[in-house]
This record gives sequence, C-alpha cells and structure tokens, in this order.
Amino acid sequence: MHIQTTADDHRIAKLAAFAIALHMVEAVIPSPLPGVKPGIANIVTLYVLLQYGFTTAAWVSILRVFASSLLLGQFLSPTFALSLSGALLSLGALALAVHLPKRYFSAVTLSILAAFAHIAGQLIMVRLWLIPHASVAYLIPIFAVAALFFGVINGIITNKLLYNKTLNSQTNPDTELNKSTENAK
Amino acid sequence: MLKKIAMLSLLRSPKTAIQHLLIGDWLTIIFSTILVIYLFQTLWSHQQATKVQIRLGDKVYATYSLNLQQTIHVHGPIGDAEIHIAQGKVRFAKSPCHNQYCVHQGWLTHAGQAAICLPNQISLELIGEEKPYDSLNY
Repeated sequence: MHIQTTADDHRIAKLAAFAIALHMVEAVIPSPLPGVKPGIANIVTLYVLLQYGFTTAAWVSILRVFASSLLLGQFLSPTFALSLSGALLSLGALALAVHLPKRYFSAVTLSILAAFAHIAGQLIMVRLWLIPHASVAYLIPIFAVAALFFGVINGIITNKLLYNKTLNSQTNPDTELNKSTENAK
Repeated sequence: MLKKIAMLSLLRSPKTAIQHLLIGDWLTIIFSTILVIYLFQTLWSHQQATKVQIRLGDKVYATYSLNLQQTIHVHGPIGDAEIHIAQGKVRFAKSPCHNQYCVHQGWLTHAGQAAICLPNQISLELIGEEKPYDSLNY
C-alpha cells in the first residue's frame, strides 16, 4: 500500500512530532494541582500558527492531542476529552486572535488568549460532564492565574523562537531563499 | 535544538525578553490580570450564607433559612439522611452512606460551600444574599 504525501504533510508530521515530544515531557513533570500544567506543547502550536498559518497549526494541535493520548493510554478517557475540548477552544480563540494587527500584538497576546480559552474549554467540560456541580466555580481563579502565568511565559518563548528564526535567515541567505520558494509554492 | 537555545538565552536575559513585548501585549496582560483579580473577588468571596438549598438527585428538594435551628430528614435512594441547621451553619448529621464523607465535612458556613453525598444523591449548597457565580454558569 502506498499513500501519496505532500511536502505539507511531511511538515505537519514533523511539527506534530515535536509537539507530541513536548507533551510527553510535560506528562512526566509533577504538578502541584491536577490540571495545572505549563502547556509547553502550545509553544509549537503558536510557532506553527505564526510561521505556516492556521490550517497547519490546527492539524498539529489536533494530531498532538490524539497521538499523545494514545501514547499515554488515555485515549477516549476523561483526560483525553479535557485535552481535546481545551485544544479546540484554544484553536478557536487563535483563529480569531491571529487577525489582530501584528504591529501591536505579538505571540504573547495569542498565547494568553489561547491559554484562557484552553481552561475555559476544560472547565466547561468538567462542569457539564465530569463534576456537574456549581462548586467547580471555586477552581476557576486558580486555573485563571496559571493560564495567565504560563500564557505569558509560552508567548515569550515563542517570540524568542520566531526572532531567532528571522535572525538565522538574515545571516543565512540560503534558508531565506528556501523559505521564499516554500512560500511561493 | 533551536528551542533549547531559545530557552537558554531566555534564562540568561529576561530583560530582553520583556523588551520584545509590544503595547498590545501589555494591554492584554493588564486586562487579564484585572480579570483574574475580579474572578478571585467574585468566586472566592467569603460571604456569610443565609440559606441552604438541599438537592435530591437532580431536583431541588427544599430551601431553608439558616436562621432557624432545625433538623431535617431527607429520604434518599439508600435511606434517611439527617441534616442539622444551627446558628447560620449546616451539616450532615447522619447519613446511611458507607464512606461518610458528607458527615466528615462538618459544618458549612460560607456562601458557595457545598457538601455532596453521592451514594445517597443528596447535596447541600449554601447560598448568600446573591449567588456570586450565577452569571458565569447560566
């Protein structure tokens, strides 16, 4: 059996693999409170969004959720449902936020908005399905603080990555050439 | 590789990282901080409760004022639970469930606090003058 693949498919697979690796690393890090995580895999989503556009970012993010849950043995479990609802809502927020003027808003804003959308998606899921009780509202402030904190940090890292990328392509005319031919495609 | 370099240089120079932030980023950070503070104030307000709402299954069974000292018996799926109300507080006094989590939770005093007895499907929720998180949940 042979499946025809395009350069785009390869790029998505490569970037998704990166995101999955970060997700695995994060799964090992102990967390003071269940559910509060830095979400470093979102750095990849943000980077891809700003470098290759929304469609690629959506593919990478969704593939990451499915593949990571399979690897961790959480496929179709509540954890997976939380992860998916968070990823979908944060993609929705990014789809809107990517239209913000780049002159005033960097990846940090996108990261913060995505992080808030992520916890919103998770909390909606928790409230409707896992713990259908109003006391869930007590957890919202804690998750919001975590989202703000890690949102800023992930955004700064993404900025740094994008900055390094442009630096590299400036000093290295070859990569710049590659990039422009890629864009032309 | 690229990622590692970025993170290392971030650790070395947090100042330059902050310099990369644009005006819109600062606005987002400020608004988010205000939102977080607002969430803390509204959702973690330790407002004294005035009423208790008892739920049986998915229905509201009854609502009582906390000013009146009384003992309430609620008949749940696995037996009778006894709920005490005294001096603005409420607790599960007796419950037929095997783990007795609800009883061990003790007295509830603040608005928004809740005790849930899952085996018997009875829950207590304290209500203040106004339910602080109504607007968010419904």
